[in-house]
Amino acid sequence: MSEAAAAQAVVRLEGVTKTFPRGGVTALQDIDLELAPREFVSLIGPSGCGKSTLLRVIGDLTAPTSGSVTVNGKSARQARNDGDYGIVFQDAVLFDWRSVSKNIALPLEMLGWGRQRRKTRVAQLLDLVELTGFADHRPWQLSGGMQQRVAIARALSFEPSLLLMDEPFGALDEMTRERLNLELLSIWEQTGNTVVFVTHSISEAVFLSNRVVVMSPRPGRIAGTIDIDLPYPRTVETREAPRYFELVTEVRELLRSRGEHLLPEEEAVLE
Amino acid sequence: MSNAAVAVRSPRARERRASLVEGLGRAGLVVLVVAALIGLWELYRWIWVSTGWTRPFIVNDTSMPHVWTIFKAFSQPAQVNQPSLISVLLHKTAFTAKEAAAGFGLGAVIGFVLAVVLVHARLLRRGFLPYIVGSQTVPILAIAPMVVLWVNPRLPGPLQGWGAVAVIATYLTFFPVTINTLRGLQSADARALELMRTYAASRWKVLWKLRVPASLPYVFSALRLAATASVVGAIIGELPTGLQDGLGGAIINFNQYYSIEPQELWATNVIAAALGIAFFVIVVLAEKAIVRRPPEETV
Repeated sequence: MSEAAAAQAVVRLEGVTKTFPRGGVTALQDIDLELAPREFVSLIGPSGCGKSTLLRVIGDLTAPTSGSVTVNGKSARQARNDGDYGIVFQDAVLFDWRSVSKNIALPLEMLGWGRQRRKTRVAQLLDLVELTGFADHRPWQLSGGMQQRVAIARALSFEPSLLLMDEPFGALDEMTRERLNLELLSIWEQTGNTVVFVTHSISEAVFLSNRVVVMSPRPGRIAGTIDIDLPYPRTVETREAPRYFELVTEVRELLRSRGEHLLPEEEAVLE
Repeated sequence: MSNAAVAVRSPRARERRASLVEGLGRAGLVVLVVAALIGLWELYRWIWVSTGWTRPFIVNDTSMPHVWTIFKAFSQPAQVNQPSLISVLLHKTAFTAKEAAAGFGLGAVIGFVLAVVLVHARLLRRGFLPYIVGSQTVPILAIAPMVVLWVNPRLPGPLQGWGAVAVIATYLTFFPVTINTLRGLQSADARALELMRTYAASRWKVLWKLRVPASLPYVFSALRLAATASVVGAIIGELPTGLQDGLGGAIINFNQYYSIEPQELWATNVIAAALGIAFFVIVVLAEKAIVRRPPEETV
């Protein structure tokens, strides 16, 4: 690999293995993965395939047992300390004692931004996630989908190059989820982040991504990668295109072929 | 446009009116409960006196004076050529309130700081917490004289006497604050702590931006306990000091005359209870002003 290409990758994982000492579970085995700038990559697989662990390894929220992780050419630790990524969890994790705009401004306060600069930035972000007018609301006054949009605005507030999303729409109903999928794509087109998106939903993964990484459990491995060649910008019609269905089927079959060890409830996830 | 403005404003006005109605309703309820308690007291008295029952205790003008005798005592002088009992008691109440307030403030600060230290030091928490719990099993009456002996000689002039009592009130106050604040600081959501990690937040930032705000409902539930405990602490603290300026002194004094004039001790009890309630209400009001949480999440 040349120096230039090495510098270009936003995320690079080489031979990453993660074992949990308790119970001797191998959550991840020998993972190699590379993400180019502006790439939108989904990690999909049944419970226990290590997709969330992989995301946490990239974010330096847990350390790999062996292998190397680099983010923007730096160690994962250095990248976390430099604020190279923003993260969105399944729960919005908003602070009840802060208003919507103060929640969005939290990372900016940590970075020591001045009041005026924060205010300007928060106004931009509220506009980006279409929550203008809700600045002074409290988190518990918002719907689940709106809360998650606040969490996305907060993650993007300090303009990190990388966005890590851990089943961000997993707790939402189907209709809200599809609307937020569209909104996320329009945000991504404006901001140009590299995105790592963990999901349980095949249709969501195909609709959003450039590339879908299918993982299989025990031990957590990459079963295969499928390039999604649907053109951007993707719209409501994309979900009705024949090519979309072909790709959904392709992902489903890859999941199924690696799913021979699945438990019944994990089978259910794939249906 | 103007329609929208009206639509936005009117729920607020309705809310304000609803809270006014609710407030009046509550005040009415308090009056009703007090009236019911007075009624029960008098009813109990009347039944026991008219039937001559002696169990569980003999009821007469000494053991259970009439409610109106107690309230009448307020307007009469406690001793010949002295001001009315109420004005004497109000002065004493102000003195005790000063001790209790100082004890409450000191106890709240010490309790809070102790909890902040303990939440960050696992080893200290394991080793130290049993002694903090143990400190509260020692009867306050047993250590009050020692506290007075230790503290009083070190106090500057204006703090002499009442300062030592405030320290005793502190002793009762800090404990619930430490225990509850510790729990509150630990109540911060694991995911929220992880989020702070992604910002590379220092311990100090995590403490002020996350742990402390998350702990506030717990802190205030402790302060409500501490508010009444500080008043009890101040009154008990006055006993071994021999101070005559506060409610504790008055209680000791009226105790001696109980068989002749029971209504004076009862009147003092009423005032002491009122002081405790006042402290409690102040904390509740402060909580309402400071802590804004979803309605179902108040501890």
